Amino acid sequence: MKILVCISNVPDTTSKINFTEGDTKFDTNGVQFVINPNDEFGLTRAMWFKEKQGATVHVANVGGTATEPTIRKALAIGADEAIRVNAEPIDGFYVAQQLAEVVKNGGYDLVIAGRESLDYNGGMVPGMIATLLDMNFVNTCTGLEVDGDTVTATREIDGGKEKISTSLPLVIGGQKGLVQESDLRIPNMRGIMMARKKALTVIEPIAVTAATTDVSFDKPAAKGAVKLIDADNIDELINLLHNEAKAI
Amino acid sequence: MADKEKDILRGGQFIVKETNCEDVFTPEDFSEEQTMMKEAVMEFNDREIIPYKARFEAKDYALTEETMRKAGALGFLGVAVPEAYDGLGMGFVSTVLTCDYISSGTGSFSTAFGAHTGIGTLPITLYGTEEQKKKYVPQLATGEWFGAYCLTEPGAGSDANSGKTTATLSEDGKSYRINGQKMWISNAGFCRLMIVFARIENDKNITGFIVEYEGDNPNGITLGEEEHKLGIRASSTRQVFFNDTVVPADNMLAGRGEGFKIAMNALNVGRIKLAAACLDSQRRILTTAVNYANERKQFKTPIADFGAIKTKLAEMAANAYAGESATYRAAKNIEDRIEMRVAAGNTHQEAELKGVEEYAIECSILKVAVSEDVQHCADEGIQIFGGMGFSEETPMEAAWRDARIARIYEGTNEINRMLSVGMLVKKAMKGHVDLLGPAQAVQDELMGIPSFETPDYSELFSEEKEMIKKLKKTFLMVAGGAVQKYGQNLEEHQQLLIAAADILIEIYMAESAILRTEKNAKRFGEDKQSVQIAMAKLYLYHAVDIIEEKGKESIISFAEGDEQRMMLMGLKRFTKYTNYPDIVDLRVEIAEKVKAENKYCF
Ligand SMILES: Cc1cc2nc3c(=O)[nH]c(=O)nc-3n(C[C@H](O)[C@H](O)[C@H](O)COP(=O)(O)OP(=O)(O)OC[C@H]3O[C@@H](n4cnc5c(N)ncnc54)[C@H](O)[C@@H]3O)c2cc1C
Repeated sequence: MKILVCISNVPDTTSKINFTEGDTKFDTNGVQFVINPNDEFGLTRAMWFKEKQGATVHVANVGGTATEPTIRKALAIGADEAIRVNAEPIDGFYVAQQLAEVVKNGGYDLVIAGRESLDYNGGMVPGMIATLLDMNFVNTCTGLEVDGDTVTATREIDGGKEKISTSLPLVIGGQKGLVQESDLRIPNMRGIMMARKKALTVIEPIAVTAATTDVSFDKPAAKGAVKLIDADNIDELINLLHNEAKAI
Repeated sequence: MADKEKDILRGGQFIVKETNCEDVFTPEDFSEEQTMMKEAVMEFNDREIIPYKARFEAKDYALTEETMRKAGALGFLGVAVPEAYDGLGMGFVSTVLTCDYISSGTGSFSTAFGAHTGIGTLPITLYGTEEQKKKYVPQLATGEWFGAYCLTEPGAGSDANSGKTTATLSEDGKSYRINGQKMWISNAGFCRLMIVFARIENDKNITGFIVEYEGDNPNGITLGEEEHKLGIRASSTRQVFFNDTVVPADNMLAGRGEGFKIAMNALNVGRIKLAAACLDSQRRILTTAVNYANERKQFKTPIADFGAIKTKLAEMAANAYAGESATYRAAKNIEDRIEMRVAAGNTHQEAELKGVEEYAIECSILKVAVSEDVQHCADEGIQIFGGMGFSEETPMEAAWRDARIARIYEGTNEINRMLSVGMLVKKAMKGHVDLLGPAQAVQDELMGIPSFETPDYSELFSEEKEMIKKLKKTFLMVAGGAVQKYGQNLEEHQQLLIAAADILIEIYMAESAILRTEKNAKRFGEDKQSVQIAMAKLYLYHAVDIIEEKGKESIISFAEGDEQRMMLMGLKRFTKYTNYPDIVDLRVEIAEKVKAENKYCF
């Protein structure tokens, strides 16, 4: 089985989010980037397939050179090879087109992407890849077993779980549950050293026009100070809730 | 090759030579691979150590062992071990950074880690024969076996060469019998191999042996009960008794009587690693403290907004920053020396030995400075937490207790202070570092008329770098004067040696902070480094004060009359700023940054 894990390079959740150029660009200054958590669950599951079922695992990312440390971390964790499509990820459609091209040329049986990425939360890429390549698709996937060409997948549905049977070739939008947090791997020192020696192929993007462009970003208003109102002063509380917080 | 040799200062030479900022290695120079290693060990610390803090504090020795095994499985124990013996053969900087970032979770683990990878493994990689290395190092590198280092005895602590443990050769010459008692042995409870130092007949120096230890087949070895300690509670520390323990003669390390040398060289490496192991603790303590200070309100104000607390945050940050700067500077010097010697045809083993030995002075300096910084940092951490800091419920209490040991083991700070100056004087006598020339120049300068020109200090750090030069003159004046006065008997004047050591230490630390910042300001821009600039200036300001105080007491102790007056005037001149930094403003700038980022962010 040949697996492609799509890796998004996203800011660590503790990063301070700021925008520049008149709120049109994300300010990467001082931001720590990591493998998108949903993708890391997928990668860890892929490692299981590699170790238990002899799968080959490649990772792919659409991004500039700055994403290479994140890609090499995936190699250090144990992926066999990596592909970087040398382009800024403009929107979900653009990224999906690029990744679909990688999948098509690489002949992958299973494509594991994250349900959504932690940065823009578009949640579109895996579905689009499946559509572009006419592959089966399971979204919000929390469990995955493969036996020959037969796949048993679990997905999260509102208030419960759904178990589905499908077959390869398949794209999943994965999330926690594929493996648990405690299964996530700390790259070992040898893995880190080997990462340098593994292939990281850089390919140029295919010509695609993005479907959307960012116009501007708005940050939520900063949390105001807490106002304490005397327990005897119910009228003032109602007044503030009504006129200031507009909650009632 | 020859050029490279010129670029790298020899050990101790920093005191008489200037270093270009481009020639120092800084944490900002970590390669991508080193950053990944750093993140991996931090993740290990966050996942495998911090969540189990309570169990470590409850003396769960088995947990320490289990965590060490996990560290072994991830390759953390083999970073410094050559590839030929199943290690990763990474450079010295990588070794030091592993020690740094793995150490802040609990002193219990960092002690176990340090004792195993440093003094437990190094004597074999540095001094072992090919057979010994093949036989033992792979198990140690992977964590299949753990190592312990048995030097200290009830009657032989700081005076390590005075041990009474004996090794007696068998009649057939094939083995030694070891008898004696060792004390304070880290990892004793779960080790499978011990490096044991013992005396053969009436030898002047002790001899090192590799001794296997299996609980099922004790071979005359018994362990005392676990010691109940102030801190590092889950680090196994026991006495080890040898009663006719039979060791094959082939297990002798290096030659007969070489043990003291082995012990000291293993400790040199141990010292810089111990300094590194005190760095991430400071970062973590500061981060925890500022998290609390930003949340905790008194008088309707987050306590982080109070000047009293800002002072603490700023000082903690500046000290940690200087510690990092100096540790990685020295680590890279050692790495370069090793590479240089390998390139010149030395075996890796010889090269590493010489490389580390070369910087023994810096290793001692770092051990003292950083172990005292972490103690101070933990103390202020408790103070910021107020009553909560005194409670076992918050992490400050354990951090404070754990920090205490670093001033005692790997040579007490008193011993290391005296060693640092002692070794420098020895190097001068051997002609490795020219102290006499520069000391004479300072003498001449003292007699001359001082310049009254007002220098142009507009360029970044120009005054600070001038100050460092003057502080070096202060050291030369004090140390030179002391050597002249006491000659060979200087050793007997410990107060003087210790004062001189404090001067030496402050110079190295302050200079390292300045060089790192200057290098970074040049490449990243002064505006991006403004807080780092403030930290370097703040550190230097305190260094100047300490040096003035120590210089004064020294001069008064050994010089009299006109000579004393002249030296004291020199001291005043050498410790005077043209433009005094406003350290109140500097502290505010540093503290505001730490507060805003809510962590140690440099
Ligand atoms: C938790 C722990 C773990 C340890 N782990 C190990 C280990 O794994 N292996 C090992 O071999 N040892 C280990 N040690 C021992 C440690 O290295 C010694 O405790 C240390 O070297 C000091 O020796 P000592 O305790 O005998 O103190 P002493 O040497 O008796 O010193 C007492 C005081 O006198 C001062 N002093 C001593 N001599 C002089 C002098 N000449 N001039 C001025 N002042 C002096 C010291 O600085 C100190 O302040 C450990 C100790 C502890 C507490």
